[in-house]
Amino acid sequence: MGRIRLMLTVLLALAIAVPVVAYAQEKRETIQIGLSADTVSITSDFSGANLTIFGSIDNVDPVVAREGGYDVIVVLEGPARPVVVRLKERVFGMWINTEAETFVNVPFSYSMASTRQPQDIAEQKVYRQLALGIDNIYMQPLDRTADPATIKEFVTALRDRKKASGLYSERPGSVQFLSQTLFRATVSLAPDVPVGTHRARAFLFKGGAFIAQTSAPLVILKGGFERRLYQVAHDHGFFYGIFCVLLALLTGWVGRFLFRKD
Amino acid sequence: MFVLLAMGGAVGFLSGMFGVGGGFLITPLLIFYNIPPSVAVATGANQVVAASVSGALIHLKRGTLDIKLGTVLLAGGIVGAALGIYIFALLRRLGQLDLIVSLMYVVMLGSVGSIMLVESARAIRRTRAGGAAEVRRPGQHNWVHKLPLKMRFRSSKLFVSVIPVLGLGGVVGFLGSILGVGGSFIMIPAMIYLLKVPTKVVIGTSLFQIVFVSGFTTIVHAATNQTVDIVLAFLLMAGGVIGAQYGARAGQRLRGEQLRALLAFLVLAVAIRLAIDLFARPVSPFSLAPLGGA
Repeated sequence: MGRIRLMLTVLLALAIAVPVVAYAQEKRETIQIGLSADTVSITSDFSGANLTIFGSIDNVDPVVAREGGYDVIVVLEGPARPVVVRLKERVFGMWINTEAETFVNVPFSYSMASTRQPQDIAEQKVYRQLALGIDNIYMQPLDRTADPATIKEFVTALRDRKKASGLYSERPGSVQFLSQTLFRATVSLAPDVPVGTHRARAFLFKGGAFIAQTSAPLVILKGGFERRLYQVAHDHGFFYGIFCVLLALLTGWVGRFLFRKD
Repeated sequence: MFVLLAMGGAVGFLSGMFGVGGGFLITPLLIFYNIPPSVAVATGANQVVAASVSGALIHLKRGTLDIKLGTVLLAGGIVGAALGIYIFALLRRLGQLDLIVSLMYVVMLGSVGSIMLVESARAIRRTRAGGAAEVRRPGQHNWVHKLPLKMRFRSSKLFVSVIPVLGLGGVVGFLGSILGVGGSFIMIPAMIYLLKVPTKVVIGTSLFQIVFVSGFTTIVHAATNQTVDIVLAFLLMAGGVIGAQYGARAGQRLRGEQLRALLAFLVLAVAIRLAIDLFARPVSPFSLAPLGGA
């Protein structure tokens, strides 16, 4: 009997304690995202596409949600690569590359989707701290002793060029809430999206304050034949070259054969 | 894709007609089509192989190909091409490849085109006046014929020193590897005016040499710069080979001097287009490139 009573007491204690713990957890929202596939294959005639990322917020405060207090920003960031930015100047009437700055670890692509205009979601300071947004990506110059004004000019140009080619984009309004907890983000894949491991990141804001983030990798591959070709061309350049020439000789010869009339 | 096939076809037609590899048109066209110059050059070289081999076969059968002369040119060509590819890689690292490629095209095409135009205009005028268009003066020799190490080329009815032949091959091979051209736009005038090779043999022989030098260039570009795009090249080849068959027949109906005048106009047009790009204000003075590439 004594043992049963003890157990009941423990259960009772748990019954009281659990809601308390749950309540404490409710204070901290978390964010999750899910990609329909870990890998995306693209073909050589790929001309750009939209990629939809679904996500959910856990422990949503219904009151805040109803007032639209939650904001989500989703970023798909391409693999980082070194980039040379060159400046053309007029020399004897011709436009010639004169100056160049190299930046290490520049994300090849950067597509940002958000629920609203970024400036309406949070303060500039918050974005700077998170290095979030095209203007806040940190571009590390290779030459650390270079003139800061020059670096600034080249960094601005780098961002502008990336934006012009569609590799860097910001799309306010392309994150939509499907319910209080579920959202859908649409990011863009530029036509010349690079192959490699991309990273999808989601940031949750509540009333202008950053509260949680998450990330998931996404591998972009060149589909089947193209990918193997690309691989062979890089790993066995010499044999690939011989193959190219043989193909050319064959094409020329077959053409001659097909059209022989004389 | 259709654009590329058509591009290959049109260039192939011209290549068969004039006996040029067509690279000097393919490479600028690819650049105008926003393909990076480094890829355009290497892929152009690959396409030239296919375009030239069908033309060379036609001339081989017709007996208008001097294999001996072609082989000596080829020896020089391989050396020139090897040097060219080394410089190509160097320029690419320095970020000046696009400029040098364009500049060389403008200078080469501009000067060769002008010379050919003037010469063929004179020849046409001579024909109109009633004289023979192709005035072959065996007794008239220039400084080239005074050089030592003479060699006899029977099919070309020629007895010249190997030095200018090797040198010509080398220069053409060098240009070919940097510009992605067969180099016949230099080769043909140089053979006609410098070496005094009969026009009929010139075309077949230059095609023969081009097949091998472009093949070599393609392999080395693929091995060192990884800039050969086989899918792109194949589309151009397929169009080019078909075009070349019709071009070779069309070329037979035209007279030598008319052919040269037409080619001169074409060469000049490409040169002018490239020059405009060089002098026009770019959309943005800034450009991006991956490290080590152009």
